[in-house]
Amino acid sequence: MSLNNCYHCGTDCGKNPIIFNEKYFCCNGCKTVYEILNTNELNCYYDLESAPGTIPKDIKGKYNYLENEEIIEKLLEFSDGETSVLELFIPSIHCSSCIWVLENLSKLNSGVTTSMVNFPKKILRITFKNERTNLKELVELITSIGYEPYISLEDADNKDNKVDKTLIYQVSIAAFAFGNIMLLSFPEYFEVDEFWLEKYKHLFRWLMFTMAVPVVFYSAKDYFISAYKGLKHWILNIDVPIALGISVLFFRSSYEILFDLGSGFFDSLSGLVFFLLLGKYFQQKTYSFLSFERDYKSYFPIAVTLIKNDIETNVPVKNIKKGDRLLIRNEELIPVDGILINGNAAIDYSFVTGESVPVSKQSGDKLFAGGKQTSGAIEMEVISSISQSYLTQLWSNDVFNKKTAVTIKNITDSISKYFTIAILSIALVAGIFWYNYNASMAFNVVTAVLIIACPCALALSAPFAFGNMLRIFGYKKFYLKNTETIESISKIDTIIFDKTGTITTNDKTQLLYEGENLSGKELKSLKNILRASNHPLSRSLYEYLQVSPSSTEPSSFNEILGKGIEATINNIDFKIGSASFLQVEVKKLEETAIYIKINNHFKGVFLFKNSYRKGTKEVFNKLSKKYNLVILSGDNEGERENLDKLLPKNTKLYFNQKPEDKLNFIKNIQKSGKQVMMIGDGLNDAGALAQSNVGIAISEDVNVFTPACDAILDAQLFDKLPVFVSLSIKTIKIIKASFVLSLGYNLIGMYFALNGLLTPVVAAILMPLSSITIVVFVTILTNFVSRRI
Amino acid sequence: MEVVYITIGVSIIVAIFFFIVFIKTVKSGQYDDTYTPSVRMLFDDELVVVDKVDKSKEENQQV
Repeated sequence: MSLNNCYHCGTDCGKNPIIFNEKYFCCNGCKTVYEILNTNELNCYYDLESAPGTIPKDIKGKYNYLENEEIIEKLLEFSDGETSVLELFIPSIHCSSCIWVLENLSKLNSGVTTSMVNFPKKILRITFKNERTNLKELVELITSIGYEPYISLEDADNKDNKVDKTLIYQVSIAAFAFGNIMLLSFPEYFEVDEFWLEKYKHLFRWLMFTMAVPVVFYSAKDYFISAYKGLKHWILNIDVPIALGISVLFFRSSYEILFDLGSGFFDSLSGLVFFLLLGKYFQQKTYSFLSFERDYKSYFPIAVTLIKNDIETNVPVKNIKKGDRLLIRNEELIPVDGILINGNAAIDYSFVTGESVPVSKQSGDKLFAGGKQTSGAIEMEVISSISQSYLTQLWSNDVFNKKTAVTIKNITDSISKYFTIAILSIALVAGIFWYNYNASMAFNVVTAVLIIACPCALALSAPFAFGNMLRIFGYKKFYLKNTETIESISKIDTIIFDKTGTITTNDKTQLLYEGENLSGKELKSLKNILRASNHPLSRSLYEYLQVSPSSTEPSSFNEILGKGIEATINNIDFKIGSASFLQVEVKKLEETAIYIKINNHFKGVFLFKNSYRKGTKEVFNKLSKKYNLVILSGDNEGERENLDKLLPKNTKLYFNQKPEDKLNFIKNIQKSGKQVMMIGDGLNDAGALAQSNVGIAISEDVNVFTPACDAILDAQLFDKLPVFVSLSIKTIKIIKASFVLSLGYNLIGMYFALNGLLTPVVAAILMPLSSITIVVFVTILTNFVSRRI
Repeated sequence: MEVVYITIGVSIIVAIFFFIVFIKTVKSGQYDDTYTPSVRMLFDDELVVVDKVDKSKEENQQV
């Protein structure tokens, strides 16, 4: 590690590192964590990984609401009065040091009996004694060492969502039966009239029958249910021929062993169910640390501080009423619309719009829910309840209440209709033919056709191709909600982008200086003045200026809230702030800017520019060849000129779009038959993301919360978007190719079936062979096409 | 050859026993997190032996 990097978190310490114990720290927060860990003999933390920490946040008073009994009860997993169990979601868990320090919490707080980390889910589970410690103390402790837990309304509400393990049981039963039945059926394949075999075959057969029963009635039950549901709606989905095949297999086999006609097809039956379920299981990849279902409730705090008669109390957010007076501390979210009463408000609406430059507000101004206060505490008066705020109203739209119905007809189902009709007619024709030719064989042939036509390989190709692609995308940090998303992506013809935060980056706000050049000395003095100011714009400018501040302190310094700074340094007067404060002409109305006046002479202005993401131009150029591109921005037209220059000519631009407008825009073009992909980031895109056929949320940090969507894309990979889209299309092609292959297998099987030659051995060879080759085929091909992302 | 009844019987009982054990482990949540334990086992004793870690580092340097 280089000398100048923080020992705790690894960030560059800049010019003035804090030196403690011969180690460098970037800030007091990091130093404090080191001290806490060091005095408790936990400094092994730094041996496991170098610079593993995160900078702790200032949390004074933030967790006071955790004293509220009602909230405590909601959050605790279990409590018997003496011991309590608590589960916390901690997004910043990222390395083995994190696991180690969090599992040694008992060294820091004697009330903790055990603490256990689930790394993939980023969950910390704490068991603690109620008399020695409490919820608030623990949360504050964890936050103070840099692991701020994420506590939200929604998570508190549905904490007892148990993972459904039925599929695992179904697969394991099928696997168990498959293995054992295969062993039991082997003897009869090789020795036909052997003496001992004749003696024991009945035992073998009935054992196979016993093991096949749970496979059919438990493991395969979902196929029967789904086929029944499909038929009820006159849809021939892929489960219809599967269910038909399974039941014919079972009944013909039972019939055969009952009347001592043969050994039946129990091994093929259990193998079939096993492979099908395996495909289903493979398709079910989920990213347990991500959530694709979050709505505004996940963003909002569980409780806020209510001021009544000068007494601060903590109330759950949903109990806030119109007219209440709230205290919003630094770094807290505004849960409802309201009016600023007092305090220095600088609201960061990046959650909502993606815009990262905080907006200054004066008392009397309206504050919208979803903004985050970034400078000190403010007081506000509530003017609407939580569900009726400007932003949250969006969630009363029907899009969010719709339960995901099975309206999407997937690729397998679209082919299965023809497939089912074809095999039923073949079976019918063959049955009539054999009935006239050799009536005793008719039953055999018809059942054999239905057995061999059971589309196992067909049903496997899509789950394995999609499942594998889903994993490949996941490695590349493009996380999909489920496999259907790949198919939806391949069908789209219109792509809609949000502007701020989606095609512009929201952390690297770039500054542009316009005006007379400032001398080095002036810059140094400027930096010195800015150092004393806590206004977010001053902070950005301070970080942007690449000079060291001058050593002389300002002789006078006066910060006027919401306006600017007046200061004198080395007998030079500085005036920094808004245009109205400096009484100068406004340069560009739409842009956030800091104006500078030196010795009452206007020097120039620093403009805050949004920088476009790396590769924006290329992405749009590539996509414009195949897709209609639209930009829906909530901002004003300030950027139209730049965008026109940057983007291909046929890109449509719409500005001043409210959240509902975006939603309705998509609804309208969907009515004209378009398949829409929406790419957005903020809560204001939530409606559009939900309405579109595929909603992709862009996120700078995938652990930070994104609105409900179908996929989450790491912002760094924005330039890879065209690749992901074209890979989705290729996946569909691969699946189609594998359909051809599996139909080939079906034709071979059909030859045996129609000629009355389908013996258990043939089925036992053909069925696993076709399944395995299909799986291998799609896996190799999907890996091949995606080898270079 | 009546022993076949016994051997098959025993083998199936054994198989079913292991099957039940497997289902139990799934139910108990043993497979819910397959990553963290692999990290956890690496630092079982770290807490007590802070000094030793330093010493072993020095030894390595001497060698």
